[in-house]
Amino acid sequence: MTTYTEYLKERREQEWREELRKKLKGKERTDQPRVHMPEVDPNERVKSQTVEVNLGLGREEAIKEASRCMDCVNPTCIEGCPVGINIPEFIKNIEREEFSLAAKTLKMYNALPAVCGRVCPQEKQCESKCFYTIKLNKPAVAIGYLERFAADWERESGSMDVPQCAPSNGIKVAAVGSGPSSLSFAGDMVKLGYDVTVFEALHEIGGVLKYGIPEFRLPNRMVDVELDILKKMGVKFVTNFIVGRTASFEQLKEEGFKGFFVGSGAGLPRFMNIPGENYNGIMSSNEYLTRVNLMGANNDEFDTPVLRGKNVAVIGGGNTAMDSVRTAKRLGAERAMIVYRRSRVEMPARVEEVKHAEEEGVEFLNLTNPIEYFADEKGRVNKMRLQLMELGEPDASGRRSPVEIPGATQDIDVDLVIVAVGVSPNPLIPASLPDLKVSRWGTIEVNDGMQSSIPVLFAGGDIVRGGATVILAMGDGRNAAKSMHEYLSDQKD
Amino acid sequence: MNRIVEKEFFSENVVKLVVEAPLIAKARKPGNFVILRVSENGERIPLTIAGADVEKGTITLIAQKVGVSTEKLAALNVGDSLIDLVGPLGKATDIHKVGTVLCCGGGVGVAPLLPIVEGFKKAGNRVVSVLAARSKDLIILEDEVRKWSDEVIVMTDDGSHGRKGLVTQGAEEVILREKIDECIAIGPAIMMKFTSLLTKKYNIPTQASLNAMMVDGTGMCGACRVSVGGKTKFTCVDGPEFDAHQIDFDELMMRLGGYKSEEKEAFEIYNKMLDCKI
Ligand SMILES: Cc1cc2nc3c(=O)[nH]c(=O)nc-3n(C[C@H](O)[C@H](O)[C@H](O)COP(=O)(O)OP(=O)(O)OC[C@H]3O[C@@H](n4cnc5c(N)ncnc54)[C@H](O)[C@@H]3O)c2cc1C
Ligand SMILES: Cc1cc2nc3c(=O)[nH]c(=O)nc-3n(C[C@H](O)[C@H](O)[C@H](O)COP(=O)(O)OP(=O)(O)OC[C@H]3O[C@@H](n4cnc5c(N)ncnc54)[C@H](O)[C@@H]3O)c2cc1C
Ligand code: SF4
Ligand code: SF4
Ligand code: FES
Repeated sequence: MTTYTEYLKERREQEWREELRKKLKGKERTDQPRVHMPEVDPNERVKSQTVEVNLGLGREEAIKEASRCMDCVNPTCIEGCPVGINIPEFIKNIEREEFSLAAKTLKMYNALPAVCGRVCPQEKQCESKCFYTIKLNKPAVAIGYLERFAADWERESGSMDVPQCAPSNGIKVAAVGSGPSSLSFAGDMVKLGYDVTVFEALHEIGGVLKYGIPEFRLPNRMVDVELDILKKMGVKFVTNFIVGRTASFEQLKEEGFKGFFVGSGAGLPRFMNIPGENYNGIMSSNEYLTRVNLMGANNDEFDTPVLRGKNVAVIGGGNTAMDSVRTAKRLGAERAMIVYRRSRVEMPARVEEVKHAEEEGVEFLNLTNPIEYFADEKGRVNKMRLQLMELGEPDASGRRSPVEIPGATQDIDVDLVIVAVGVSPNPLIPASLPDLKVSRWGTIEVNDGMQSSIPVLFAGGDIVRGGATVILAMGDGRNAAKSMHEYLSDQKD
Repeated sequence: MNRIVEKEFFSENVVKLVVEAPLIAKARKPGNFVILRVSENGERIPLTIAGADVEKGTITLIAQKVGVSTEKLAALNVGDSLIDLVGPLGKATDIHKVGTVLCCGGGVGVAPLLPIVEGFKKAGNRVVSVLAARSKDLIILEDEVRKWSDEVIVMTDDGSHGRKGLVTQGAEEVILREKIDECIAIGPAIMMKFTSLLTKKYNIPTQASLNAMMVDGTGMCGACRVSVGGKTKFTCVDGPEFDAHQIDFDELMMRLGGYKSEEKEAFEIYNKMLDCKI
């Protein structure tokens, strides 16, 4: 058996890649500046919840950026990608204008490249390990932009192929939840010939990709196209079905399901438990984003309302906080503010989202933390008290910890507050399965093959990691598919 | 698709719908609710499962028209389908044998109360029910409640049916007359608040079923949060029933008013649309 490193080496020795490497001198490649992503003007884009901010690279821009990649002997970029995409191979395919082969290369390891190209925190993953970053101290090859380019090109060319599936083996398996982990699990299992059903509690398929991440960052049609392909491959989708409530695992077993993958996400929003937090006008980012992204509350033709505010404060510094504050801006906030207890450098959000938020006029109240809310006579929040902070010693996360400055507080006017301080694992599944081993934090415990303490039950994504990324969730789904296939094959003999 | 197989108006504003939902019919327990959407673009609204027929695979919903979504729901006819229906949601009522149970229902709150009355009776308790509403035509399900109660007292604000007075008057009479081991109160927040204050005075353990604002109903959004015993709880997964003496009813009432102006606006737009069609 060849190892992945050997495989990569073999691929690198293909004739076309050797020739392509010779086409330009190293210095000609490294002297080029990193491409800029064309964007919609901030003043224009804040008028719409649906206009995608990044426009995507044009053909020539993409080829040029691809030519920056050195096709390294030791492609360290791959170490930074949680699913180990053969990055130089897909990029070199772009350089030689074989875009559909580039897309194919991506899809070998990543079921949703159009999504990951848009939402992966590349600066922390693949791009942080690029030769340019670690050796040249220059901006990394724009791996994310190129990934998006190849996936978009394939979709727009209409030449997306439906992957070949093995002949049906008639074995029924279920995925619980329809987020990225379940979708990648479903794709791999259907390819292996299984009869796959995805059960989703909500009325839409896609998990956080649909109800969380806004259209201006990830258009829903990117997800829908992928769902179509999964449907064509034979995956069945059932909405409005809560596994553990609408039917129990036992009932599903009686119906013939032999294996289960739980990708039920980390859907439980955390609050801060400070005085006044239940006043009207204070809500979780999940509620705010769900009302807008899933229920269409920004649109008059939909019945679901969403509160609008003039002075909106969003608590937190992650992607969810950025998505909420930029949504508030688009819904007409005059002041849209991020309230974050650490400084800019510690923010967990993708760097690009912070930059975009800033361009759109979002204010950053860094080193502040809410300690109390006040309301008018009707109970609508009208003021919040902030504790001012400073940075102390690094904490367990390696980031400098926020420390209160004694006695330093500040009151600000707000009429809408969105709390985006994290989520906990969804307790629905563990609650319905007393035998299932869960951690102290409520995450499902699994082995290396994503198998839980109940052998027929595998799990992955946020319900195992407690809040992670799209690509990690998808990697888990693939891993689980592989081990469930092994497990079920063993059972048969 | 969840087809409507039966429809009946109890009064101008209260409608009963029997809907096909075989899995939910099988899985539901007293106290559970569903979330439904009437149409594409519609809201997700919670309604209690007032009854179920496992054989026929149907559940019974009883809805009071209060705004756009319930108005649209009441406009559906037999043969139409709900676009989305999910459940059963929420914790089931803790039904057990305690002795004598006092069941208080206000307005459309009698609908969720009915399966609980039935449950307590079947568990071998003596059940006394007090039904209350503003006037005669707003008293619903009286016969059904009678079927499972040892005694039923009806109270109306205007005296048009039963006795004139509030639910608390009827309840207090019973409490003074005999030993009550447990009380259940379901209805408008204000009715539950005063019932709870009454039973607290007499130290009677009381459960109230809360009608908080909801979006997903699966614990994902926190729209339904309420304060119980000083702690924040999510009505959809931790409830909908809680120890009434621990509930902060004033906060609940304030939160229910949170979307008033948006809801009013939506209702006006909806009515205008109807006018245009006519
Ligand atoms: C606003 C926001 C922005 C984000 N931005 C980014 C980003 O830019 N980049 C990035 O990499 N990551 C981002 N993330 C994180 C990323 O979206 C998640 O890590 C990822 O979606 C987790 O996938 P999952 O498969 O575990 O499930 P989820 O996407 O969480 O989906 C789980 C699904 O399961 C359903 N479900 C739960 N219980 C049941 C049940 N019992 N029966 C049936 N269905 C059930 C839920 O309704 C839900 O639809 C963001 C998250 C949020 C909330
Ligand atoms: C667990 C649960 C079970 C329920 N069971 C039933 C039931 O069996 N039958 C029934 O008729 N109703 C029930 N309700 C209430 C029902 O969900 C609401 O009446 C409905 O969502 C209102 O939607 P709408 O669009 O028609 O009105 P909206 O336009 O949303 O509201 C109109 C008016 O009603 C008030 N209102 C809004 N939401 C609620 C609410 N949740 N409760 C009370 N008043 C509200 C508003 O303040 C507003 O003034 C239940 C609620 C919960 C949480
Ligand atoms: S999947 Fe994400 S981490 Fe991997 S190469 Fe693509 S953008 Fe980078
Ligand atoms: S490390 Fe950078 S330059 Fe080297 S192969 Fe990877 S992307 Fe190309
Ligand atoms: S309705 Fe969303 S958490 Fe309860």
